[in-house]
Amino acid sequence: MAEKRTAAPAGKASSAPVVGREHEPTIFEFSSPGRSSASFRTTGIPEWGPADLVPAGFLREEPIGLTEVSERDLVAHVTRLTHRQYSVDLGAYPLGSCTMKYNPKLCDDAASLPGLTSVHPSTPEHLSQGWLELLWSLADTLCRITGMSAATLQPPAGAAGELTGLLLMRAYHESRGETRRKVIIPDSAHGTNPASVTLGGYETVTVPSDHRGLVDLEALKDRLDAEVAGIMLTNPNTLGLFEEDIAQIAAAVHQAGGLLYYDGANLNAILGVTRPGDMGFDIVHMNLHKTFAVPHGGGGPGAGPVAVSERLAAFLPGPMPERLADGSFTWKTPAHSIGRTHSWHGNALALARAWSYILANGGDGLRRVAEGAVLNANWLRHQLRGAYDIPYDRPNMHEFVASTSTLKKEKGLRALDVGKRLLEEGFHAPTVYFPLIVDEALMIEPTETESPQTVAALADALIRIAADPEGESQKAPRTTPVGRVDEARAARTLLPTWDAVAAESVGSPGA
Amino acid sequence: MGHFVPHTDEELGQMLADIGLSSLDELFDVIPEALRLAGGLAVAPGMPEADVLDEMGRLAARNKFGSDLVCFAGAGAYDHDIPSATNRLAFRSEFVTAYTPYQPEVAQGVLQALFEYQTMISRLAGLPVANASLYDGASAVVEATNLSTAATGRQTVWVSGGLHPHWRAVLHTFAKGTGHVLVDVPLRDGVTDWTQAPLAEPPAALLVASPNYLGAIEDVRVARTVADSHKAHLLVAIDPVSAGLLRTAGDDGADVVVGEGQPFGTPLSFGGPYLGLFACRMEHVRRLPGRLVGRTVDTEGRPAYVTTLRAREQDIRREKASSNVCTNQTLIAVACMIQMSWLGTSGLRELSLRCARGTRYTREAVTAIPGVELVASVPTLREFAVKLPVPGPAVVARMAEEGFLAGVPVGIEGGVVRDEGDALLIAVTEKRTKDEIDAFVSALEKVVR
Repeated sequence: MAEKRTAAPAGKASSAPVVGREHEPTIFEFSSPGRSSASFRTTGIPEWGPADLVPAGFLREEPIGLTEVSERDLVAHVTRLTHRQYSVDLGAYPLGSCTMKYNPKLCDDAASLPGLTSVHPSTPEHLSQGWLELLWSLADTLCRITGMSAATLQPPAGAAGELTGLLLMRAYHESRGETRRKVIIPDSAHGTNPASVTLGGYETVTVPSDHRGLVDLEALKDRLDAEVAGIMLTNPNTLGLFEEDIAQIAAAVHQAGGLLYYDGANLNAILGVTRPGDMGFDIVHMNLHKTFAVPHGGGGPGAGPVAVSERLAAFLPGPMPERLADGSFTWKTPAHSIGRTHSWHGNALALARAWSYILANGGDGLRRVAEGAVLNANWLRHQLRGAYDIPYDRPNMHEFVASTSTLKKEKGLRALDVGKRLLEEGFHAPTVYFPLIVDEALMIEPTETESPQTVAALADALIRIAADPEGESQKAPRTTPVGRVDEARAARTLLPTWDAVAAESVGSPGA
Repeated sequence: MGHFVPHTDEELGQMLADIGLSSLDELFDVIPEALRLAGGLAVAPGMPEADVLDEMGRLAARNKFGSDLVCFAGAGAYDHDIPSATNRLAFRSEFVTAYTPYQPEVAQGVLQALFEYQTMISRLAGLPVANASLYDGASAVVEATNLSTAATGRQTVWVSGGLHPHWRAVLHTFAKGTGHVLVDVPLRDGVTDWTQAPLAEPPAALLVASPNYLGAIEDVRVARTVADSHKAHLLVAIDPVSAGLLRTAGDDGADVVVGEGQPFGTPLSFGGPYLGLFACRMEHVRRLPGRLVGRTVDTEGRPAYVTTLRAREQDIRREKASSNVCTNQTLIAVACMIQMSWLGTSGLRELSLRCARGTRYTREAVTAIPGVELVASVPTLREFAVKLPVPGPAVVARMAEEGFLAGVPVGIEGGVVRDEGDALLIAVTEKRTKDEIDAFVSALEKVVR
């Protein structure tokens, strides 16, 4: 009926159907030679050419080929990518140890104020008093929350905080003329702990958990000697259990001349209830992207401040904000500082978000956070009894570990399958296969921001999955933008760039 | 206030009853009495939302920026324009509030964005593989030296005297744990004089920034020749904006290219969150720090993306991992990808050109002021250092009264750049107009007179 039209130009059309499970082309496939989105302001500066500006030997001959797209196609592409992405703003993430709570929108606005975002990090202190006050106030408040005496805000992530803490431990022992080689960590610890221990120049010594899921105190005592620099603990631990013997653990470690390091991954559970400083810890890192509602950003940026007791304060990284007698703020580097751990002052905008979150909650609200988190987790554990194994079925804190050990024997249902099935039910998967000491572990942390209705719906979904006919769960997920992904192939035939894909399939990239 | 816990009192009561408790306090019975905090946190009560914004606004108002303090400071943090498209897209809540993409079936958006980011960084570096980001430029150089020492079994790294002094400081901090030996190689007339390196022990790697902290363009090919003579790696820190005009570091022989990605789509932000760029040769991919996204297929054969070579990472390799990186800067990397797409092939070159033009215009005008001299005579691109008749810190203070952030004080000691001193490091981006630069130069003339 219609006239045959002329051939279409090469390249992808932005209106290509991407609804449902059709894959989204890469940004490079929308490229058309000569097209551009960029625009630059009028400056009035002479328009010298490249040869007038860069000596010939250093000048590149061809521009770097990025992509050549219109802003309209770029916006469409990226927006379609967001439709292929789960997030807290879409639904619940019962992801143990990760504290994927809802991040108040207020904090987005607070951290977007131009007076915060547009300030150069080298701005002299008398012109950046607002930032210094904010950072000082946050550090001071984090010390109040953890029961410590001074804090650095430089570490940009939890793992960076761990390494900073271990270097503080090293500096402390060296200041006393001691060389200690070993750091003890429980067998239930996060993988970042042993990796940080190695980078801190220490050897990892593992202490087992006992039948309660807690650090085996006798086994710990057996490992304590003059070579032990300290112990890294999470409390509540990665089973979601409070280390009830923490006072005895602290006494034993201190007795041996070691220090206690608190991995703050699970701090959400104890806000306003108890403090690492009161438990005897010397060094505490906090994951502000867990406990203080800095959104995870798809994997970062986070922030990993480190707070310490009085005897370690002189070793903290610098410069640090300090409050002077007249109420103004200055930068100061502690006397025996281990040095910088960040290019500037840490992930400052993440710190600003955390500060706005703390202001909104206040001391009373932070305790409410812990109460809500612990209540939701305990309630959910009760609901799952009978449907799943609960290897440590005792009062837990903000999270607990279930297992499909029995279900696997009965009908081949693995933790992985439960996670993938849960994606179909509209929830993110829990953390699976962690901690390593539990077979087929499902580590579940509902967080305090999920309503009782949502937690009940999660319980119902998990119970439904446990009752799935044999073989059913292995087909999941069927309603997500892609089905199960071939991870083995990704590692076997590494395609880390579009150029590698194009080289792999010459003539038909993307085929 | 507890605005963000949705439970009604009735619901709390019911849930507690369901688990056999009668009060919220009983939730914490497992915590020994002696450890429980009596009297609550010594933190002020919560505030309503509008009051929080007022308080944050009060803090923000105590900082000078923008037209009140026109920015000529750089030193690895640059005042570039950020287009609306980048701001609007990168801060979509699907990106902002997503978790690390461990469940690829529901994380294709972030994974694909990172795959596209990796492709662009790989092209920028001229190396076949780039990771999905590190924390900042400093963390990228630390990870690069860790890669080289692990791969070569050598402990020494030669560090150009022109490296960012804060990055050098971070290297020294972390070397206390790893035991790596960092040897400074001094600058001569603004660029690294590799002939001054001590020959006692063969290095694992040479580390050089181009442009370096003084803005000087280094000859990467010369560094490669020196590295070859010791069978050492060459680690090059690039500025991604300068890369638009300069030869590609990978083509000139870099084994690892690192850099600070802030110039692409991230505001100054008082120094963070920024973005550590990291790319390397394929032979080093199994030592690549941080996450790596690869393309594969799903069960139905459709293209799909996933984090790959996971066996390198800390959660699997634990104490044997060569890096402890877990959380990275994904959101900043996504913004960077969007910004690079918006710039596109011609826009990146144009951006670089405009920075170089503004820098040349400013440099010529500033050095025409009597008593002001360049610290080094070598070519620069987007930043330059000058000696002034008045010490740098005093110039910065007095120029602030004139409405300018004049630059960053800098010094050189034993051929190594320092973050304090009497000279001044001045940067000019595409954002600075001729009128602003002319006003800046007039003010500077007055201040140094």
